Amino acid sequence: MSDSNNASNGLQAWLERNIWGLVIALAIVLSVGGIVEIVPLFYLKGTEEATRFPQIVWDKAGKEPIVAVTYEHDAKGKIKRDEAGDPVVVEMKENWVAGDGVRPYTALELAGRDVYQREGCYLCHSQMVRPFRDERERYGHYSLASESMFDHPFQWGSKRTGPDLARVGGKYSDQWQRQHLTNPRSVVPESVMPSYPWLAKREISAKRMQRHMRGLRAIGVPYSDADIEAADGLLAGKTEMDATIAYLQVLGTMAKLEPGVDYRQ
Amino acid sequence: MEATADRLAEQKYSFDVVRWFTIMAVVYLVVGATVGVYIASELAWPFLNFDTPYISFGRLRPLHTNAVIFAFGGCVLMGTAFYTVQRTCGVKLWSEKLAWYTFWGWNLVIVLAVLTLPLGLTQSKEYAELEWPIDILIAAVWLAFTFNFIMTIAIRKTSHIYVSNWFFLGMMIMIVYLHVVNSLAIPVGLFKSYSLFSGVQDAMIQWWWGHNAVGFYLTAGFLGIMYYFVPKQANRPVYSYRLSVIHFWALMFGYVWLGAHHLQYTALPDWTGSLGAAVSLAMIIPSWGGAVNGMMTLSGAWDKLRTDYVLRFLIIALAFYAMSTFEGPVMSLKTVNALSHYTDWTIGHVHSGALGWVAGISIGAIYHLMTRLWHTEMWSESLVNVHFWTATIGTVIYVVAMWVSGIMQGLMWRAYDEYGTLAYTFVESVAAMHPYYAMRAVGGGIFLLGAIIMLFNILMTVRKSALQGSLREARGTLTPAAA
Repeated sequence: MSDSNNASNGLQAWLERNIWGLVIALAIVLSVGGIVEIVPLFYLKGTEEATRFPQIVWDKAGKEPIVAVTYEHDAKGKIKRDEAGDPVVVEMKENWVAGDGVRPYTALELAGRDVYQREGCYLCHSQMVRPFRDERERYGHYSLASESMFDHPFQWGSKRTGPDLARVGGKYSDQWQRQHLTNPRSVVPESVMPSYPWLAKREISAKRMQRHMRGLRAIGVPYSDADIEAADGLLAGKTEMDATIAYLQVLGTMAKLEPGVDYRQ
Repeated sequence: MEATADRLAEQKYSFDVVRWFTIMAVVYLVVGATVGVYIASELAWPFLNFDTPYISFGRLRPLHTNAVIFAFGGCVLMGTAFYTVQRTCGVKLWSEKLAWYTFWGWNLVIVLAVLTLPLGLTQSKEYAELEWPIDILIAAVWLAFTFNFIMTIAIRKTSHIYVSNWFFLGMMIMIVYLHVVNSLAIPVGLFKSYSLFSGVQDAMIQWWWGHNAVGFYLTAGFLGIMYYFVPKQANRPVYSYRLSVIHFWALMFGYVWLGAHHLQYTALPDWTGSLGAAVSLAMIIPSWGGAVNGMMTLSGAWDKLRTDYVLRFLIIALAFYAMSTFEGPVMSLKTVNALSHYTDWTIGHVHSGALGWVAGISIGAIYHLMTRLWHTEMWSESLVNVHFWTATIGTVIYVVAMWVSGIMQGLMWRAYDEYGTLAYTFVESVAAMHPYYAMRAVGGGIFLLGAIIMLFNILMTVRKSALQGSLREARGTLTPAAA
């Protein structure tokens, strides 16, 4: 350090005279924090609880469809469609039940998640229960990292203008959710949530959701071909309201978490 | 003579693009604050959502944050960076064309944001909501801005690179990293994409971006502004050169780590959050280094605060900066964060930084620029004074409302009654917020009023300058006789 308060020497003086040197020095200094905090999260085994507790992830994801939909085919092998253009479904069989483990979202739930993102729900609702007594009693078991392993992007949120939704699945009936989304103050008078009456008026395009599912598969979400095919049947006649409710009802129900087990190290 | 120097500068440098950025910054301040006051009112009086998708809270809130951070903040940063780099390097911009491309490109981004966000086209990552085609445009404009800035420094006439430019440069490089990495996504439609990352990794990357949008875009960049405009307005040299060197490198190295403190007690591994909190606490020192350096620049000239309204804006901004950079590390501590996280306290903290510090230093710099760039005095000095008081009082009301409501929420959520059960339902905490949400809307409204007064005042100043022909005169396009 120089004796003078207003002169530099050494490296600092050199950097102050060499713009490219300053650019490179900054590029290096600025990269350190991000590398140290982010890169290990991709390889440290303790990050995802599923490495120690494999049962919290559904082991059949990508191998068996979440819902197997059998369609009626015509002579040319094409899916038969009714007058409304919906496919003729012979059978729907659910291969996954709540508690079987974390899995990708079905076409209907994913459509609901798209709505959740579009309407900015994450700005007022978190999906991340912290390990405190009051949060356990209010919302349920604390959230695990592996529970959002298929969430592109994550929806943990940063604000609770409304309550946490990480474990809202199954807490209210579908009918309550429908009423609440259409007019929140009709069921919760003090609520400040906007009403979402338009959701019930909008249908969902199966083609579009199949495109979304293929995109997610390309970045690592384990969807089988049958999962993507099932979109046609699962979405027939469904509105964005149905989709949003399906998404809300599955939140927090996928993994069965045992009380007393220390999932976090 | 200051006026002569400004006239020489007018003839030597490219100031047209700076003038446009300056005016647009104030326009966007009014727009962004208007949307802010509206959504604040929606939370107090939810009927204001009018059951209309395009103006519902969840869609307008990203518009508010994007308008104030990227439209207002961006125009301020780009205008002041182009101004400062020319005056401190003694050369014209390396490329005026590229500067105009930056201006029109950035404004196109803003127009696209205004169109797409109310339509619900969003990546749903906070402060990075804009969809992938707009993200690509942002990257292209930002790189042009950065490259032009670097090249202007490269052709400078001065031997040393001035401290303001270090801060601008650090901000520019970091934003390239953050924007590129956080926006990586797989497009599944023209305006729909999914983040390449998921869950816990996505959360960490988002808050690495989120906090550094604050740390670099809204702090380092605005410290660059502070280091040019405070000494200029006070007409005194920077208090300590050595302090600026130390706090510059500490800030550049340290701020990057802070994002993890947004994820305390979440499913993010404990080591990451604790590391973020530890560095956050250490950041009080470099942050205060900057605040002290700015304020002490006035040492021996404090009397100027009595008469110089522009200087008042700059100094109150530094006071807010010092306060919120103390508050931030406190909130990053796990015990405090357990209470403050998810509450309005965070919103209050952000706004003491955003309204008090960022807007304050910007407004001061803009008033300073108005007289230098239009070569005339402000149309009304007393309206600048009115603006100072509305901005300050509005900010204080806003911040106090959010502190009270935030701490109240945190306490209500964790309160137990004598039977050992939760004392309040969630919705009771919502109902208890109503008076504070109303108070916040009022505080924001007062701040907005000041911004409207500012817009009026600067437009009248531009008109006055045009009527007087002072800009033409400064450019030397008027003959001395006619002048």
